[in-house]
Amino acid sequence: MSDTAVLLPDQGQTRKTGRWLYAASVTLLCAWVIVPLYFLLINTLSAPETVNSFPKSFVPEFDLGSLTFFAGFQGMLTALKNSIVVAFLTMVMSILIGAPAGYALSRFEFRGKEAFRLLILLTRAFPLPLLALPLAVMFIRTGLDDTAFGLALVHTTLAIPFAVLITFSLFSGIPVELEEAAWTLGCTRLTAFTKVVLPLILPGITASAIFAFVISWNEVFAAAVLTIENRTLTAFLLQTLGEAPLHLKFAGGFILVVPALIFIFAVRKYLFAMWGIANR
Amino acid sequence: MAEIQIRNVAKCFGSYQALHDINLTIADQEFMVLLGASGCGKSTLLRIIAGLETQTTGEVWIGGRRIDHLPPKDRGIAMVFQNYAVFPHLTVFENIGFGLRMQKMRNDEVTRRVTRTAELMHIEQLLTRYSGELSGGQRQRVAVARALAMEPDVILMDEPLSNLDALLRLEMRAELKGVLAESNTTAIYVTHDQVEAMSLADRISVMHQGRIVQAASPVEVYRDPAERFVAGFIGNPPMNFLPARNTGAGRWAVANQVFDGPDVPATALEFAIRPEDVRPADEGLEARVRLVEPLGAHLLLTCDVGGAMFRAILDSDMTVRAGDELKLAAMPDRIRWFDPDTSLSIA
Ligand SMILES: Nc1ncnc2c1ncn2[C@@H]1O[C@H](COP(=O)(O)OP(=O)(O)OP(=O)(O)O)[C@@H](O)[C@H]1O
Ligand SMILES: [Mg+2]
Repeated sequence: MSDTAVLLPDQGQTRKTGRWLYAASVTLLCAWVIVPLYFLLINTLSAPETVNSFPKSFVPEFDLGSLTFFAGFQGMLTALKNSIVVAFLTMVMSILIGAPAGYALSRFEFRGKEAFRLLILLTRAFPLPLLALPLAVMFIRTGLDDTAFGLALVHTTLAIPFAVLITFSLFSGIPVELEEAAWTLGCTRLTAFTKVVLPLILPGITASAIFAFVISWNEVFAAAVLTIENRTLTAFLLQTLGEAPLHLKFAGGFILVVPALIFIFAVRKYLFAMWGIANR
Repeated sequence: MAEIQIRNVAKCFGSYQALHDINLTIADQEFMVLLGASGCGKSTLLRIIAGLETQTTGEVWIGGRRIDHLPPKDRGIAMVFQNYAVFPHLTVFENIGFGLRMQKMRNDEVTRRVTRTAELMHIEQLLTRYSGELSGGQRQRVAVARALAMEPDVILMDEPLSNLDALLRLEMRAELKGVLAESNTTAIYVTHDQVEAMSLADRISVMHQGRIVQAASPVEVYRDPAERFVAGFIGNPPMNFLPARNTGAGRWAVANQVFDGPDVPATALEFAIRPEDVRPADEGLEARVRLVEPLGAHLLLTCDVGGAMFRAILDSDMTVRAGDELKLAAMPDRIRWFDPDTSLSIA
């Protein structure tokens, strides 16, 4: 009895310290992410004069001056449109190519399946700068340079590994028996897929489509190298980085970050699913 | 008419041969049970009949039509899966009507068929639910209803009751038997539960290591096992085996006794008798009791006869204790003989 009485306060002390440490690290991590975003937000929602003046304010003014300036800046809206077009094309192509590959990986046994899965991931390890020059040359020869489609092709190769792995894990989560039951009930492979598998998998497909969209939306290197006239937003901002005023940079950054954040937040569940598979 | 013929079917998975030269005919409207231990190839055979697996060699015929090259949907079969495979995104109604909709059946006809089948399976109050809102037993009923609604020539069931608790199993078993007897379908039912097999089957096919070792009525499989494996597999506890030595002229020495047996030239055979086919008597096999297990109506004795383990089921009004010496007389017409080389029964 007396033993426990002596031990208890001590244990309580360590537990308290542990909890403090935990809370502190969580706060630190959140701050790490949120503080820059917060600065982005207040500076975007402040008048250009405030942004460029000193000292800085810590509350937004809710002045749309910076954003209006951003929208009015020569070529900015075209770049935004280009970004959306390229991201949309990337999304469609990576799902059209990635989802069937994910299905095949989950449903069929074939030689080299494991190697194939690993290889898909390894494509991400290949440095894009190394590819950029030959790609640019090839694109110029084929006339794909400086087109939304050409850039979307490159972004698709970046997004496909994720599309394949996410859909693979989704398809694997659907018991084969459901499909087999559909076959015995009068379905072909195709109708079983559209009537049973697709409805079950649609939310996940949407998620991986959105993820592909974000990958393209955020990509800057290939966009900067492969486009000149039809720059996407990231490439355009990079190009104007030197001469643009501070409030334009803030507004541009904000416009870039927000959709990506919202989308990633919406699909986080499926990203965890993919990592679960990739870690195995 | 939906007689099923399986002709010389074999199946290899890579270098592993899961089925060896299966030949089996299942009569129209017969209830056939495939019984065997885990891994003996029951599911594989069923899936070949369903078209979910392709046989390596051999043919499958249903109703006088060769169907082994057809996709599952064109074989006139319906299947009930072990894990039910109820579609989670559809209501119970749409699950049961799924196959009918695939046949482009008219709406009112679908409603009529679904309602009738649901009533048959006592799930008419569940029609608007989703599978996530059903218990295991209810899902099971939906799976069976979905198959029955198709009014198939052949219904295939792969351990459909194995995920249910013991009581529900008993109830569903009786119900399934009733429902299928009403319909005019030929049924193949896979199980590793011999009680289930006995109670449901018109005929049982006992499988062992990818072969069918005996296909006969439940009573025949029980009374006259064609192979030593069947004798040692069926019955709880299964048959007792004792070595028998030929003493000439069809007389065989077993432990301390001599029995009339088959008149064959072999020097040794195996003597087999079911635990419930022995009686305590003045003359009989000398048994030393090792263990007494009261089972209510009966006593299960585990004894030692001539150095071999021997089980006996006696009436529970006997007073027997471990260590007692008993004499057990075997009922002469229940004694079976097996050839130790071929494992086959000798009549
Ligand atoms: N797709 C497959 N690839 C390789 N081997 C397989 C495959 N399917 C089944 N087998 C093997 O074939 C044998 C028979 O399998 P099957 O599923 O038919 O057994 P079962 O009698 O249904 O067993 P259980 O009672 O456990 O369901 C097993 O040894 C199994 O390992
Ligand atoms: Mg099985």
